[in-house]
Amino acid sequence: MARTISTRRTAVVTLCAWIVALVIFFPILYTIITSFKSEAEAIQGFNLIPSGTVESYVEVQTQKDYFKPFMNSVILSLGSTVLALLVSVPAAWAMAFSPTKRTKDILMWMLSTKMMPAVAVLVPIYLIFRDTGLLDSRIGLTVMLMLINLPIVVWMLYTYFREIPGEILEAARMDGASLWGEIIYVLTPMAVPGIASTMLLNIILAWNEAFWTIRLTTTNAAPLTAFIASFSSPQGLFWAKLSAASTLAIAPILVMGWFSQKQLVRGLTFGAVK
Amino acid sequence: MGKIVLRKVNKSFGNTAVIPGIDLAIEDGEFVVFVGPSGCGKSTLLRLIAGLEDTTSGTIEIDGRDVTDTAPAQRRLAMVFQSYALYPHMSVRKNIAFPLKMAKLPQEQINKKVEDAARILNLTNYLERRPGQLSGGQRQRVAIGRAIVRQPSAFLFDEPLSNLDAALRGSMRLEISELHHQLNTTMIYVTHDQVEAMTMADKIVVLNAGNIEQVGSPLDLYRSPRNLFVAGFIGSPKMNFVSGSYAQAHSAVTVGVRPEHLVLSRESGEWHGTVTVAEHLGADTYLHVQVDGIGLITARASGEFAVKHGDSVFITPDRSRIHRFDANGNALA
Repeated sequence: MARTISTRRTAVVTLCAWIVALVIFFPILYTIITSFKSEAEAIQGFNLIPSGTVESYVEVQTQKDYFKPFMNSVILSLGSTVLALLVSVPAAWAMAFSPTKRTKDILMWMLSTKMMPAVAVLVPIYLIFRDTGLLDSRIGLTVMLMLINLPIVVWMLYTYFREIPGEILEAARMDGASLWGEIIYVLTPMAVPGIASTMLLNIILAWNEAFWTIRLTTTNAAPLTAFIASFSSPQGLFWAKLSAASTLAIAPILVMGWFSQKQLVRGLTFGAVK
Repeated sequence: MGKIVLRKVNKSFGNTAVIPGIDLAIEDGEFVVFVGPSGCGKSTLLRLIAGLEDTTSGTIEIDGRDVTDTAPAQRRLAMVFQSYALYPHMSVRKNIAFPLKMAKLPQEQINKKVEDAARILNLTNYLERRPGQLSGGQRQRVAIGRAIVRQPSAFLFDEPLSNLDAALRGSMRLEISELHHQLNTTMIYVTHDQVEAMTMADKIVVLNAGNIEQVGSPLDLYRSPRNLFVAGFIGSPKMNFVSGSYAQAHSAVTVGVRPEHLVLSRESGEWHGTVTVAEHLGADTYLHVQVDGIGLITARASGEFAVKHGDSVFITPDRSRIHRFDANGNALA
């Protein structure tokens, strides 16, 4: 009897989970469906069955260069991730293993910068970029994306490093390991899952960032977010083309996310239950 | 060699002096136990010797060499941590080999030393396992193995048995004592368990609030504690303390008498009381007795002494074993 109830409950919970997942995923699904419609179909209203035409994709490719913004997205997200790790690994290390009285305050302060609406600093940042000649440059945008995601990266690494018992590092020190020996043989192997999932998250965040990438670029450094935005043009809205562009933009990150989902979930919930 | 000398060693965190200033000499080959209640500074003192904490002032010498500002790795000490602190991503073999690898020894020599250590510690069959696949006692042995392969001038143990169950603790206690006889190397052992201190030490250092209360052999401390703190800390069950007119009769402010130095009788004796709790351990019985005009007294009787809650008993303290203390808690001669 108990078994029947628990099976039924599992079925209900599973069904609910699928419904929630479908609701969350639906906008992406509908984008993909719409990308396989003609412009006429797309404008007609809600319809889940596309005609299956790929004309939007062809048009998107011929009308605009997909490869350049794609490469920009790759360079910006990877570049900003590497840069963020170079800054945040030592920072998180210091805060996790030799905390001071102010460590918690610094962490809170860093997080609080994420609570500020980005638009509040749009003008000063725009002016700084303009005056230093960084507008529409990959370097400027890479640094910008690194700075935007730095608080989250530091926080994530900090929570990871905190899980590594300090005594293990002390044991390495007692065993004659130099600082580098300690980092290479003990710390890094133990922190690899954490560093990897932090990297993945940062790549996704940088890939999807639209506010600054659209405003600080025009053509040279414009990534896929700007590529999508360029389809909502003065000529009117072309839903099918916009959807095709969006699908092309999210496809790489969707594939990457799919293959690394296990790692990501572990990273995001690490330390939450223990 | 492993002679360790501390001179006026002080450790302060901000304005709080955890260790106000300690002088201590540990001879080569000695088994020294630092014992004291939680927060008395015993672990801090060990970490100062290890070099994991910096001294605020004072000097630490190992074999005549001032190591106060020397990095932990250069002090030639090995440490066994309370949590074992094994490297979870390495096999037992790699864990034990780690200090040798750091010392850049040739591989054949590393293999030989690791296998020797594994044999001594009964770990030969577990060399390829990860720490996560071992029991608590085996992990503890790996930690000891990692310490002994380096042939350090002294071993430091930071409450190494506190994570083990009682039975295992007993056997590991024996193993560590045997290891000390085998290696004849200086060992400093931190514990809050006075039974461990009494059974293992050549010399016990009793610490309280960062100060050394007394240094001596286990039996010295048991027979002639220097003050109330040591008298109360060493010995199990705890020494009974009596003040008031009974103490005055012995021209002291407080007198102390150990539970094992009380003679019990059903018929007659110096004190009369009622048993509140009788703990029957088999060989011994611990009686908690409410003595008229004195207070609660713990007495040790033989296992055959059959009494229960509410029974009336007579207690006579062994006069030759009474400890007397002055108003400051110091022992009177």
